[in-house]
Amino acid sequence: MKHTISVIVENKFGVLARIAGLFSARGYNISSLAVSETHDPAISCMTIVVDADDEKILEQIKKQLNRLVDVLTVADFTKKEHVERELILAKVTCAPKTKAKLESLLDKYEAKIVQRKNNTAILEFMGAQLDIRQLLHELNQFGIKELIRTGKIAMA
Amino acid sequence: MTGAQILIECLEREGVEIMFGYPGGVVLPIFDRLYDSKIRFILTRHEQGAAHAADGYARATGKVGVCLATSGPGATNLTTGIANAYMDSIPMVAITGQVKTFLIGNDAFQEADITGITRSISKHNFLVKEVKDLARVIREAFHIAATGRPGPVVIDIPVDVQQAECDFIWPEEVSIRGYKPTLFGHPGQIKKAAKLIAESKRPILYIGGGVIISEAHREVKELAETIAAPVTMTMMGLGAFPGTHELSLGMLGMHGTAYANHATMESDLIIAIGARFDDRVTGRVSAFAPHAKIVHIDIDPTSISKTVEVDIPIVGDAKNILGQLLEEIKKKPDTKKWLEQVKEWKATHPLRYRHEDDKIKPQFVIEQIYEATKGEAIITTEVGQNQMWSCQWYKYTKPRTFISSGGLGTMGFGLPAAMGVKLGCPEKTVFDIAGDGSIQMNIQELMTVVCNKIPVKVAILNNGYLGMVRQWQELFYKRRYSSTKLCNPDFVKLAESYGAVGMRVTKKDDVRHAIEKAIEIDNTVVIDFVVEEEENVYPMVPAGEAINRMIGGMA
Repeated sequence: MKHTISVIVENKFGVLARIAGLFSARGYNISSLAVSETHDPAISCMTIVVDADDEKILEQIKKQLNRLVDVLTVADFTKKEHVERELILAKVTCAPKTKAKLESLLDKYEAKIVQRKNNTAILEFMGAQLDIRQLLHELNQFGIKELIRTGKIAMA
Repeated sequence: MTGAQILIECLEREGVEIMFGYPGGVVLPIFDRLYDSKIRFILTRHEQGAAHAADGYARATGKVGVCLATSGPGATNLTTGIANAYMDSIPMVAITGQVKTFLIGNDAFQEADITGITRSISKHNFLVKEVKDLARVIREAFHIAATGRPGPVVIDIPVDVQQAECDFIWPEEVSIRGYKPTLFGHPGQIKKAAKLIAESKRPILYIGGGVIISEAHREVKELAETIAAPVTMTMMGLGAFPGTHELSLGMLGMHGTAYANHATMESDLIIAIGARFDDRVTGRVSAFAPHAKIVHIDIDPTSISKTVEVDIPIVGDAKNILGQLLEEIKKKPDTKKWLEQVKEWKATHPLRYRHEDDKIKPQFVIEQIYEATKGEAIITTEVGQNQMWSCQWYKYTKPRTFISSGGLGTMGFGLPAAMGVKLGCPEKTVFDIAGDGSIQMNIQELMTVVCNKIPVKVAILNNGYLGMVRQWQELFYKRRYSSTKLCNPDFVKLAESYGAVGMRVTKKDDVRHAIEKAIEIDNTVVIDFVVEEEENVYPMVPAGEAINRMIGGMA
């Protein structure tokens, strides 16, 4: 099961490594990670998505995150009401034949093309996980050449 | 002031009297300041020895132990000692030199990323990149090391930071917003615990090293006597409750007493205090204490429900919580029947071993050390059979008198730890109970103790084997003694060449006399006890079994 954990930390070097280490030490792969400064430049927020089947181990990791000196708060949003967003950039084939079809699809999702070059287009889309999954599914027919995702950010 | 001056000034203000370590290229500015400092510096013969000595000093005194090493190999040599202190929650500050800040990451001579390396084996660590941060970092390091669940903190200081100058400002207060250990227990939880205690019929106190750290031994004794419950200890908890007390069951777990294990398994309430349900204690977790409700008092929330699910967690300092709990206990359980049962187990399953006239049994040596020192020595141990027999056959009545590597199980700990203990408690007789294997892992520290006139006594239980591994090979690998038979030096000559006194004892009748003589000699003494080769530690719970499934014919 995917868990979304939001960790508020001191904005210092080495903090990310400490946090990542708690997951890697147990062989847990972080599926996505978004880190940046908050409105207070001394504090950063990390949104970590991790696939963990064993709730007990995850509980232990959360406690250990809390124990780190540089960690201020830890919140698990998984079962809490929260807003989540992720930004993607996708490079797709955009031939004259399929251009109209692509544009109408993008309109439907309120996604937009940010760069065109030769027969490709880079498009951006921001949304919740489900919308992203659906859009990517529909984009498959155009041929996705490259895909980059920021990892999700979440706020409760 | 220079960074090095600031460091020494801060250490003095933190009350550091003794440091252990080894010099090297990038710590020369610090050593130059130490030359004029009132801090006593003990030059060990290996950085690992320095870390264990600082650790032993901390365990014996409760103060923060301090060690110092140079960058690269100096720092990596400290790591076993740092990990050892981390596993056993020992307050320690390890200071390492680092290459110049602009060289970090360049594979410079003697460079190692020690903050990276120690991240998972220290409570916290710091790389100080600017001299203006140094005083604050040192203050924070000592605070973090000594408070909450204690542990080692590493401070890595590049040589140019040691040389850089800035105004010295001593931070009077320490405030770290992400670090606020919980000190008092939640009153609601304490009420619930008191209720469970009142309702219990077969309560047992299961206490660990946290009781010693929190200095809650008096409260533990009061609780045990108030509710008339037997007390069992983890290895780290030995001494937290008098081993001679009628409610004491000694140690539980893999090599615990049979009666401690039976009592734990049959109890209906376990009051765990400053202990962490380590796998050596629980055996097979799914079979552990099936009838028991569990109250768990610990300052570290990560220790609670980590392996064994508990019913009433209480996070906070053991001493405070027990004070709160004692006030809350109004109704005492009736444990008369339970104590009779426990007494019966004690009578039918005592610790024992087979005496032989022509051979020295290792257990006998420890019993004799106990008698000769009237139970008042501080015992350090190495790791393996020597350690388990030291748990079983010496009765510890006071906290901080049994000093042993618990969580990490570090061979080579005992001798350097004994050095730290003796410096912290100079009036005490300090015995390192060693094996012939372990002692050779840090034997170079004999030179340090002789040279610095730190008289410790080393009792080698010499069976010519890596005894505990051999025992497992005997029991579980068809006596195929793969790489466990040892070739040993002549320990008497070795001791003498270091300037210590060496003795060899081969007859049972000479054991007591040798021990008494060693205590009288005002020098480090190494006694080579040539003991029974294939003696096993019993009782024993095979790995992965329930703890009442003990083997060992006489258990």
